[in-house]
Amino acid sequence: MRHTLSVLVENRHGVLARVAGMFARRGYNIDSLTVGVTEDPTISRMTIVVRGDDEVLEQVTKQLNKLIDVIRVSDLKAEDTVEREMALFKVSSDVSNRSEIMQIVDIFRARIIDVAPKSMIIEVTGDETKIAALEQLLRPFGIKEMVRTGKVALRRGAKGVSS
Amino acid sequence: MTGSTERMTGARALLECLYREGVDTIFGYPGGVLLPIYDELYNSDIRHILVRHEQAAAHAAEGYARATGKTGVCLATSGPGATNLVTGIANAYMDSIPIVALTGQVPSSLIGNDAFQEANITGITMPITKHNYLVQDVKELPRIIKEAFHIASTGRQGPVLVDLPKDITTDMIDFSYPEKVELRGYSPTYQGNLQQIKKAAAEIEKSNNPVIYAGGGVISAGASAELRKLAEKIQAPVTTTLTGMGGFPGDHPLFMGMPGMHGTKYANYAIQESDLLIAVGVRFDDRVTGKIKSFAASAKIIHIDIDPAEISKNVKVDIPIVGDAKWILSHLLKYTGKARSEDWLRKIDGWKEQYPLHYIEPVGDEIKPQYIVEQINEVCPDAIIVTEVGQHQMWAAQYFKYTEPRTFISSGGLGTMGYGFPAAIGAKVARPDKVVIDVSGDGSFQMNSQEMATIVQNNIPVIIAIFNNGYLGMVRQWQEIFYEKRYSSTCIRDSVDFVKLAEAYGALGIRATKRDEVRPAIERAIASGRPTLIDFIVECEENVSPMVPAGAAINEILDLERKE
Repeated sequence: MRHTLSVLVENRHGVLARVAGMFARRGYNIDSLTVGVTEDPTISRMTIVVRGDDEVLEQVTKQLNKLIDVIRVSDLKAEDTVEREMALFKVSSDVSNRSEIMQIVDIFRARIIDVAPKSMIIEVTGDETKIAALEQLLRPFGIKEMVRTGKVALRRGAKGVSS
Repeated sequence: MTGSTERMTGARALLECLYREGVDTIFGYPGGVLLPIYDELYNSDIRHILVRHEQAAAHAAEGYARATGKTGVCLATSGPGATNLVTGIANAYMDSIPIVALTGQVPSSLIGNDAFQEANITGITMPITKHNYLVQDVKELPRIIKEAFHIASTGRQGPVLVDLPKDITTDMIDFSYPEKVELRGYSPTYQGNLQQIKKAAAEIEKSNNPVIYAGGGVISAGASAELRKLAEKIQAPVTTTLTGMGGFPGDHPLFMGMPGMHGTKYANYAIQESDLLIAVGVRFDDRVTGKIKSFAASAKIIHIDIDPAEISKNVKVDIPIVGDAKWILSHLLKYTGKARSEDWLRKIDGWKEQYPLHYIEPVGDEIKPQYIVEQINEVCPDAIIVTEVGQHQMWAAQYFKYTEPRTFISSGGLGTMGYGFPAAIGAKVARPDKVVIDVSGDGSFQMNSQEMATIVQNNIPVIIAIFNNGYLGMVRQWQEIFYEKRYSSTCIRDSVDFVKLAEAYGALGIRATKRDEVRPAIERAIASGRPTLIDFIVECEENVSPMVPAGAAINEILDLERKE
């Protein structure tokens, strides 16, 4: 079972090490972790995707809360959350298949952000299944490199995690 | 000076902060980057105890904290000085003891350059501190010291480390000390949920076989009086963990001694047959629970703890109550009546008679280690007993009746050999009015024996009682039981003449080899008022009994009394 945790932390050096170290020490698995500053420059938001049953989630949440630099932890439920991830794919392509790839990119509302004689880079934003689907379709052309940002998420509606 | 500001160096400001936090003693060891701080200490009112190894400074700070409830302070230089503190910090973390560890650091401009005596001590201690700081600007220093003491001493207590680059201690600051702490990520819960407390009260009144299982949290919270009132009101028997010793009077009829691996049979049987386990300030450690699936399997569990992360960490609990044990117990007392425990208490009294803690008396005049503990108890019932780790530690827990909190100081969670002697130094410095005895083994003592110099130089009359059996006894015991007596690397017989060692340092050395020399040795040590080491030559293959093998259920108990 996977959970998305939205964690507000003090925007200070060493906070990422504290959080990552706690996960490693307690033996919890992180699927992805993103971190960036929020609307308040003294606060960063980490979006952590963690794998485990409800008991593991409970412990992870409590252990996160024990860290002095952690201000708030919320378990974002899929049904009331919007979540996005971005990926960049560098795909082998030349004149023979460029238009075919462009069609796929269109269908996914992805974008081509770099074209070279033998490759192009595609940017896609969406949820995990969308990125996985695009990856599957691009694979036959030859994915030379790819990078994913990890998930970011916000709760729907006016109420936020910080309020 | 309050209200106005005065310009001073960071080193001076540090001492000013410590002074305002009520620090009267620092255990430490100087070094290059600490020179500005030590120069300030030279004419400070704060007492500095120079140890002989930084590990001892950390343990002594912990001993000081455990004996008083105040936050202990230790100080070490950068690099090896700081890394030598690590064991002591880890020990304080495992047992939730408030200490503030101050470390020197290379100048800010050199950090990250692998400078001489540089170690990333904040990185190293991240998993073994409640929190730690690297001071990056002298202006932050007062706030950080204020926060460090606040974090160490509130909520679930623990060690906090502050790393001080040398330039921070020489930079100038317009000093003012903050009045309050503002930490938006830290607000421990003190008041328990009243609904939960009422639920607990209802369960207590329904219960036929209640057991109170209390730990170090009771002592940290200063809740022993409330615990006693609760036990007496609801008529439930009480077992206290190693770190909870003294949290409930050892001579009380409801007391059952320690649970777990070397606990009493009756405490373990009582837990296993209980229908309601009232856990207060404990963390269901594996040395207590044994096989976790069969621990108190038929009991509902009430768990009172200040740390929400302890709730259902090891054992699923039915009624969690997060908060301060003193607050919660005093409220629980208001709501609860008596349990239906008359038959149950009779049953436990029967077990106590049938399975008392006991050892086989020797045929000749050799000294049984348990006998020493009993004699110490008789001669000096209100002593502070500090222990190292191993067999002697278990005997000290089993055979001494601790009647007051903060009179038993031992390394529980980490199990640190070499802990007791320096912790005893800290305890004696904090409580000079008390007799402080380090119950030690010949193995453990040699891990920090250099501190003899500290107690002699500073005239700290700690008594070291070495239970000298020529073995690393607890490991030997396991080798005897589980490894066919293959005593691999556990025989340390004739390591050193401990009496001469004591004398070489200028301390009093006493040797006792016969049973009737035990009591006079203890009396002489106390009467001398000097730092004293007693070398008790004890029965060399005595075992700690009873014993629950690791991983077994706690009612699967071995009897290991050594017969003649």
